[in-house]
Amino acid sequence: MTVLAVRALSKAFGGVQAVRQVSFTIAAGELLALIGPNGAGKTTCFNLVNGQLPPDAGEVEFLGESLLGLAPRKIWRRGVGRTFQITATFASMTVRENVQMALLSHHRRLASVFSLARRQHVDEADALLARVHMRDQADRPCAVLAYGDLKRVELAVALAHQPRLLLMDEPTAGMAPAERSDLMQLAADLARGSGIAVLFTEHDMDVVFRHADRIAVLSGGELIANGSPQEVRADAAVREVYLGSYA
Amino acid sequence: MLELRALSAGYGRAQILFELSLEAKPGEVVVLLGRNGAGKSTTLKTVMGLLRTRAGEVRFDGQRIDRLPPYRIARLGLGYVPEDRRIFTDLSVMENLEVGRQEPRAGAPHWTPERLFALFPNLGRMPERLGGRMSGGEQQMLTIARTLMGNPRAVLLDEPSEGLAPVIVDQMAQTILALKKEGLCVLLCEQNLRFAHLVGDRAYVVEKGHVRYAGTMAELEKNDAVREQYLSV
Amino acid sequence: MTYSSVLIQFLNGLAGASTLFLVAAGLSLIFGVTRIINFAHGSLYMLGMYVAVWAAEPLGFWWSVPIAALAVAVFGAGVEIALLRRIYGAPELLQLLATFALVLIVKDFTLWQWGPEDMLGPRAPGFSGAVEIAGRPFPEYELFLIGFGPLVLGALWLLLTRTRWGTLVRAATQDREMAGALGVNQKWLFTGVFALGALLAGLGGALQIPREPATLLIDLSVVSDAFVVVVVGGLGSIGGAFVAALLIAEIKAFCIGLGFSQLTLVVEFIVMAVVLVLRPWGLLGRVPAPARGAGGAEPPLEAPSPAAIGALLALCGALALVPALSAGYTLVLLTDVLVFALFAVSLHFIMGPAGLHSFGHAAYFGLGAYGAGLLLVRGGLPMELSLLLGPLAGGLGAVLFGWFCVRLSGVYLAMLTLAFAQIAWSVVFQWDAFTGGSNGLIGIWPAPWLSSKTAYYYVTLALSAGGVALLWRALYSPFGYALRAGRDSPLRADAIGIDVRGLQWAAFSLAGLFAGVAGALYAFSKGSISPESLSVPRSVDGLVMVLLGGIQTLTGPLWGAALFTWLQDAVARGIDYWRAVIGGVVLLLVLAFPQGLTGFLRRRSAA
Repeated sequence: MTVLAVRALSKAFGGVQAVRQVSFTIAAGELLALIGPNGAGKTTCFNLVNGQLPPDAGEVEFLGESLLGLAPRKIWRRGVGRTFQITATFASMTVRENVQMALLSHHRRLASVFSLARRQHVDEADALLARVHMRDQADRPCAVLAYGDLKRVELAVALAHQPRLLLMDEPTAGMAPAERSDLMQLAADLARGSGIAVLFTEHDMDVVFRHADRIAVLSGGELIANGSPQEVRADAAVREVYLGSYA
Repeated sequence: MLELRALSAGYGRAQILFELSLEAKPGEVVVLLGRNGAGKSTTLKTVMGLLRTRAGEVRFDGQRIDRLPPYRIARLGLGYVPEDRRIFTDLSVMENLEVGRQEPRAGAPHWTPERLFALFPNLGRMPERLGGRMSGGEQQMLTIARTLMGNPRAVLLDEPSEGLAPVIVDQMAQTILALKKEGLCVLLCEQNLRFAHLVGDRAYVVEKGHVRYAGTMAELEKNDAVREQYLSV
Repeated sequence: MTYSSVLIQFLNGLAGASTLFLVAAGLSLIFGVTRIINFAHGSLYMLGMYVAVWAAEPLGFWWSVPIAALAVAVFGAGVEIALLRRIYGAPELLQLLATFALVLIVKDFTLWQWGPEDMLGPRAPGFSGAVEIAGRPFPEYELFLIGFGPLVLGALWLLLTRTRWGTLVRAATQDREMAGALGVNQKWLFTGVFALGALLAGLGGALQIPREPATLLIDLSVVSDAFVVVVVGGLGSIGGAFVAALLIAEIKAFCIGLGFSQLTLVVEFIVMAVVLVLRPWGLLGRVPAPARGAGGAEPPLEAPSPAAIGALLALCGALALVPALSAGYTLVLLTDVLVFALFAVSLHFIMGPAGLHSFGHAAYFGLGAYGAGLLLVRGGLPMELSLLLGPLAGGLGAVLFGWFCVRLSGVYLAMLTLAFAQIAWSVVFQWDAFTGGSNGLIGIWPAPWLSSKTAYYYVTLALSAGGVALLWRALYSPFGYALRAGRDSPLRADAIGIDVRGLQWAAFSLAGLFAGVAGALYAFSKGSISPESLSVPRSVDGLVMVLLGGIQTLTGPLWGAALFTWLQDAVARGIDYWRAVIGGVVLLLVLAFPQGLTGFLRRRSAA
């Protein structure tokens, strides 16, 4: 089943065409990596999908409905979770409270002024933390966590409202090589297990080729390849503009 | 040329470096290897005076520099290229170079915009381009060129290959080797072992703020135990 | 309005724009490089005026202008070296507070040196006559000013783009640490920029003396005008400052020309509102880059221990027993302390957990006070009802202003809140027929059954303690958590469906309502109200209380309010130049305890 369909997406900044006629789809349980040289339009493309930027033309369809014109928080309500290149968590709160925030928002309890936030959705939060192996650190403040653990908290937060699509921007940036693969493996297992579609950008080609089901390559704002890891690695154009001696 | 003796430093209450010692000579490329958070960037920042030295000393050309503010260190001929580039995005390429300009220095190659444009042909094609309008690879070139405008005798490079496309990484390696040929002392930190092998003469492996291994790049290549334990390859 | 009067008003506006531009450009430059919003910029302007008037007597006008400008520049350089250099690393709020302390000190210095009377300056020789424009006389000096503004704009532009110094300034504006690592000596660059900004402010003041007398009130009115200009034009943009100065000055000129000088503020407000909605970072401004290497994470909000709750209840109990032991002045002072404790806690509510740094919280305190007073005096409502409904004025004011404020953050927010507070103050100050103008309202006494000091003390204790308890409780609710979430990471909060702005707006309004309660209590405790109750210094009183106690602690504002209220009471009764003393104390506190008193004590005990 197609979860996300991007059609002929275009965006220009001050006369420079950052993204041109880009189209791709992602099915439930599928991991699509978006790669390409710097300035190829990955980040722009990513931000067009998550609602941070409005496209000049094209369509972003999630489960058959357009996401265009929706604010990021409205897109989240439709069932799209995301993680950030530089982890974004609530540093003054504990790990559990971070997840509780997402749950409170999901259950539309944020306007409550008199209940005690700490006591809400505790079991649900702990269950989510168990899925990312962070249950034992639930009471630690986020400010003191190791970077890799923060990434896992983000993952738990992103999964709190049972999304159908997960957007991950450079999920392994700033991590050691061994940790990178672990994190991506965890994300992949969770996604495949729950039928979540995943779109991620990534610089580390080891991670991309090990975990992605499909790879879409951008160059100069255009999609120059979209296929299985083997197909992309064998693609002469991709080698020339991006992979270089890696392939 | 550059010598760190039992250097300790950190942020707030957290200590990151523990009595770390190392040295680098002119015409030598020394690589600091280690996992994220091992203290590699912190080492460079402390040497540059961006972070206070808590104990130990840093000598540059025999002179102690661990109590000097960054601008004095830069004026002694030590250049610093930060991990996140920190280009002045509102300034043009030429203006970025102007900020880095210092008087010619005895015993160091003298750089002019013309010479730098020969080394980085891309930059020469866009002298009036604003820093913010450049691609990541071009910015990385500019940040190195900007530092070279200070005619340094030694440069600190913080993860020069991070976030670059593989083809640009190959170029970056060529650039660093060219600097070495000019007689510069280069101290760089890396996570990318492949890149480190391309450019490095010697390596220090850092973990949790301690030096765990020191040796030539060739020796490290053969030492699977160290590579596995500290570099997770 | 005829064609010729339109033209004349337009020219008047252009002349006014020039001085406004000088002030705003200096403010913008200083902020760009040092990241400090100089609240004392209006004071530098005021100094320029006084020095110029003073020097013009023996030396003549044209000598007095450069002398005043240079004197102010030297003073600015001294301030930078002696004070600002020590606090570049301090939290933003404390920097703002330190420059505000300067406002107080400069004001009292001026009062001491030149006395309280307005001082009239000479006319400008060579430009003292008038020329005929469209059949009307138009002062030559105004024409001179019209030409002078663009001249300065051009000179600044050349300085910034064509000299090495200018390039370094622009580089440091973006990333001063990196500029330092490239060998740029920031120390002198900062001093130079601050002196230049001060020079521009002093020049603006000196050039103004043929047009209006030097007064002690000009500092805050100029600096809040400059804030409006900078917010509208875009912080850090010299061109934006010029365009916005033109816009604001023209609006003023036309409102005055049409005979609706009271409308000026309203129109100014509307213009600012429209600009902020369409372009939140100003006409020529850009989205500010997130602060580099921003300070550590905010501290966690720990659940209160039973012991802490017990201690607070015991404190309430002890306070309830005070009337049995003592009467008279102690009760009056304690009533003040309770009022300001609620005021400080309501300010802390938005400053701490919500991260909204308001420099105009007294607006809502004053609106609450005036709301209650007007309901009683003009509306003829019973006192009890006035006390309960009056605070709604503070709440509604916060709803209106807050809608704009939550669109900004950091220093932009601080400037905007201050500008709004100054607007509210001006309206109250000028609307003689309704608010009593500068005289204020009198005869605002409690109902007979509450008229004894003891009875009113109990009312105050009940409402203040109740208000504080409600606000604190809200912090532990999902609403309070969501506020902290929005402060910790707006990006993440937005990405999990939290409407950060909406919640902040609600918090701002709630804080305004409780500040209004404090204001209404204050009004009835004094029997009268004056515009001072919503003046900018009152806002800063609130900030000092919060910061004195330590913004990172929940109970800090209580101790801060008690200490400050007592201090002010003790000092103001005994010393003529009490403002300078308060300013000096604030400066010392900022330099000595950047984490506030509670934070300091806590660290001492932890060490």
